[in-house]
Amino acid sequence: MSDTPFIARGFHAKRANAAPNRLPPGQYETRDFPVLSAGPTPHTPLSKWDFTILDSSGTSLRWTWDELQALPHDTPTVDIHCVTKWSKFDTRWEGISVDTLFDAARAKGMADGAFIVAFCDGGYTTNLPFSDVTGGKAWVAFGYDGAPLPPEHGGPARLLVPHLYFWKSAKWVRGLRILQRDAPGFWEQLGYHDRGDPWREQRYQGDP
Amino acid sequence: MQTEEMRLDGNAAAGLLRELFVRDMTSAMATCRGCGNVGPVGALLEYGHQMGIVLRCPTCEGVVLRLVHAADALRLDPSGMALLTLTDGTPVS
Amino acid sequence: MSSGIRATPEVTLERAAAPTRLEWRVATVVSVRAETRHARTLVLDVPQWPGHRAGQHVDVRLVAEDGYQAQRSYSIASAPESPTLELTIERLEDGEVSPYLCDVLQPGDGVELRGPIGGYFVWEVTLAGPLLLVAGGSGIVPLMSMLRHRALAADASRARSPVRLLYSARTADDLIYASELARLGSAPDVRIEYTLTRSAPADWTGYNRRIDRPLLEEVAWPASEGTRAFVCGPTPLVEQVANLLVEFGYDPLRVRTERFGPTGS
Repeated sequence: MSDTPFIARGFHAKRANAAPNRLPPGQYETRDFPVLSAGPTPHTPLSKWDFTILDSSGTSLRWTWDELQALPHDTPTVDIHCVTKWSKFDTRWEGISVDTLFDAARAKGMADGAFIVAFCDGGYTTNLPFSDVTGGKAWVAFGYDGAPLPPEHGGPARLLVPHLYFWKSAKWVRGLRILQRDAPGFWEQLGYHDRGDPWREQRYQGDP
Repeated sequence: MQTEEMRLDGNAAAGLLRELFVRDMTSAMATCRGCGNVGPVGALLEYGHQMGIVLRCPTCEGVVLRLVHAADALRLDPSGMALLTLTDGTPVS
Repeated sequence: MSSGIRATPEVTLERAAAPTRLEWRVATVVSVRAETRHARTLVLDVPQWPGHRAGQHVDVRLVAEDGYQAQRSYSIASAPESPTLELTIERLEDGEVSPYLCDVLQPGDGVELRGPIGGYFVWEVTLAGPLLLVAGGSGIVPLMSMLRHRALAADASRARSPVRLLYSARTADDLIYASELARLGSAPDVRIEYTLTRSAPADWTGYNRRIDRPLLEEVAWPASEGTRAFVCGPTPLVEQVANLLVEFGYDPLRVRTERFGPTGS
């Protein structure tokens, strides 16, 4: 590879203007909603869909689709930031706070952990610190912009952790595994950051 | 649009693979560890974007190869591939 | 590399050249040619170009002054025998690289690329046997390199590889290389069929629908051992055509596909 790239005359990134204090470093605003996927779109019928929380002792708690829907709904409006450098402002979601799910898990005697791994239809996984999915910062989202979450954006349900890079907001999520020690997920195994805070630009392993 | 309509194929990974291998890998035959299917790397299904490239088996859709050029390292996960066969005499590129 | 092919296209030479790293090179735009409202061809002079085989592509890298980079793959349209390298670029309206290549880049400008890349979706005239090419939209580009390569071969070679092309486009105005294809299609061993998936002119004599089983059955060679197919275009078209050809009895290893699509962001 040549070490000194040739500058393309008159080429610049296609970027919308945005309030600079709203954009994490290195990001640009998009009005689109790009679709990124590591695999085909799963089609699990809602009658067979469930959501499970597992802890390291092997205890688990499971909700069917209807049981999950019966829990109190939140409707967060949040900015989202993809590690591929687009950010999208004021996205409107509907879902269940992860706190609500962990409260139920604690009531069943399950212990908190230091980390979680989200697991999904299609085999995708991503790891997050436990403290990043609790305290009103994360949801299991099934509604987007006033409608059911479309399959290409992770429907029927995806994890929503908007303060971290969006690959942590796992599409087609089916559960969370509580861990005491961190275990890298699908992209983290290949060099992406274990936490992924866009404001600290934690894109890759080794970023501060 | 479903993600299947956006997928490409192993041809789209040829440039990145040539950063790792001195010969073209798209005409090499990859054996899927999951289902045993044997086929050209160029015919694998590619779910790629700026995060990295995921090449899946056209038969079972399991992951065969993953490639990421992140920060200052190029990483290849070949664990979904049981065997890679490049026939003698296959042109370099 | 295939530099030997450029001099003697009839002979498959020992490709003894040592494998080399894929280097980024700065090509110079010699000229540009409008093909359709949405596509144009860049004619490039590439220093130390090692030569290519029909069907291969290059990676194009654009670096902005602020360091921002974008990289895309584009198929080579020119024949291996051509002294210049030609890329035909379709402008994607919400794209980042293709509008630059179609609207901004001018003769005399440099553009950074590496290649040739790919060895799977490749055809050479030395591969005897009936040839079926199926293109959707800009998927015609690598197939055009194959047709041009074939047209430059000796009569005896061409006779061993009669060709049929099925080319699907939205409208007649979207057909790339229309006049050159008309010329190539006048040869007795070249049959070209078009289908338009949207509006067709009043005097249109081609097909006017998406490729389906009856249409492909009418155009494709009957399945036989030596037949090769190359299918290039949008993913749904490529997968449908490839599946149908295998159902018709084509050898799956001789149905080669290349899916075209925008790079995910």
